Amino acid sequence: MKRNFLIIIFFAFVLPQTSFAYSSDPKQFITEIVDEAKKILVDTNTKEFKTKKLSEVALKTVDIKGVGYYSLGGYKKKFNDEQLEKYFKLFEKYFLKSFTSRLTDYSDPKIDVLSVEVLNPKYTIVKSLLLATDKKPEVNIEWRVYTKNPDKPLIRDLIIEGLSLARVQKEEFASVIEGNNGDVQKLFISLQEFIDK
Amino acid sequence: MTQIMRKYIYISIFAFLFQLNSANAGSTGSEELKSNGSQSGTSECFEGISRAMFSLNHGLDKAIFKPIAKGYRALPVPIRKGTGNVVDNLRSLLTFSNNILQGDFSKAGNTAGRFAINTTVGILGIWDPASALGLEEDGKEDFGQTMGVWGSSTGCYFVLPILGPTTVRDSIGLIGNTFLDPVYQITHNTEISNGVVGNGNYSEHNYYFYRSTGAVDFRAKNIESFDSLEENSIDLYASVKSLYLQDRNKKISNSKYSIQTQDDSDWEEIDNK
Repeated sequence: MKRNFLIIIFFAFVLPQTSFAYSSDPKQFITEIVDEAKKILVDTNTKEFKTKKLSEVALKTVDIKGVGYYSLGGYKKKFNDEQLEKYFKLFEKYFLKSFTSRLTDYSDPKIDVLSVEVLNPKYTIVKSLLLATDKKPEVNIEWRVYTKNPDKPLIRDLIIEGLSLARVQKEEFASVIEGNNGDVQKLFISLQEFIDK
Repeated sequence: MTQIMRKYIYISIFAFLFQLNSANAGSTGSEELKSNGSQSGTSECFEGISRAMFSLNHGLDKAIFKPIAKGYRALPVPIRKGTGNVVDNLRSLLTFSNNILQGDFSKAGNTAGRFAINTTVGILGIWDPASALGLEEDGKEDFGQTMGVWGSSTGCYFVLPILGPTTVRDSIGLIGNTFLDPVYQITHNTEISNGVVGNGNYSEHNYYFYRSTGAVDFRAKNIESFDSLEENSIDLYASVKSLYLQDRNKKISNSKYSIQTQDDSDWEEIDNK
């Protein structure tokens, strides 16, 4: 009985953890994510299925809460606990929809992971190159990897040709709030509209 | 040449005076609100008008520019590649002028070498043998970037009809470019008429054709990126503004990678939350 229980525990918790564990080395970590995303994208599955699988990858590898917090910029001080809780729920849905929508446009992306640059103990930049196709030029992609917990790196930003997507998002959110005289409710409405569309 | 230099000096003086003016004008209003969100610290000159211009440009893009870019993309790859190369080769003359003004003689040498090789061996720039010989493109330069290198501040942000996002500094840079760009001078300056160059052979419309071709080539290379941005933005105007300002900042600092231009203080702040 005890043995059966241990086997169940093993299959239920330990095995899935090991099979989905990503490398703690930032370069290898990004290489694994790129390979996994590519595998999902080249499969002849429906867009819904790809979206679901990519969302799963993002939930495991992106510090969504950290990105959400960063995206608030100076406005984070204006949020009370209740508003923050509501914001993070909306933000996660918004982020996953936006993230998967950008990726599902690529049917067979060819990305070379090139090098790493350790900024400090908390951040490492992994440099990669999206190779050119007949239609698109090559694109430099840098991944800002959060390494505060060295055993579990997480992505915090994607920098395309030197342009930070997290910063774009932060300035976009700020513009929405500013456009409504500092009222954060407008941001909630805009995020909800994006999620629903 | 003296006349060109005189025009250039007038532009420079005008540029700095105008910037001083706009810096004062921009220091009123909702600065507290702005400081909460924008890292760039670049204020709006007149946001309402800029948003209207942005909508106009967006409409024109959908109706005219994007369909043209899609048509251009239907051309065979070698034709598109060759066209892009020719435009880039001509554009490098403006880069060369600005390399010199920035005091970057190493890059000026690289730009001049590339132009010489690509114009001759590369047959008017259709091919890019210079890259194969190790003279890689070092990035485009314009007068707005040069003013940035000289220490001129950005000034406020606004949107021009058709030309799109700009700042006070970059709009002055647009005017400066016309004086520094040999292609513009050859096609516009009636004083240059020696039987080889001048309006008789290279009329003004050729300049606009060359610039339009460059714009179409750029748009064609970015169709999906623009679509994705449009689809995933909750405020497209703000997204484009952020991208434009980040891009200009990167170009002025001549950094290939973002880590040299990005301020990490906000990331530090969330780590300490």
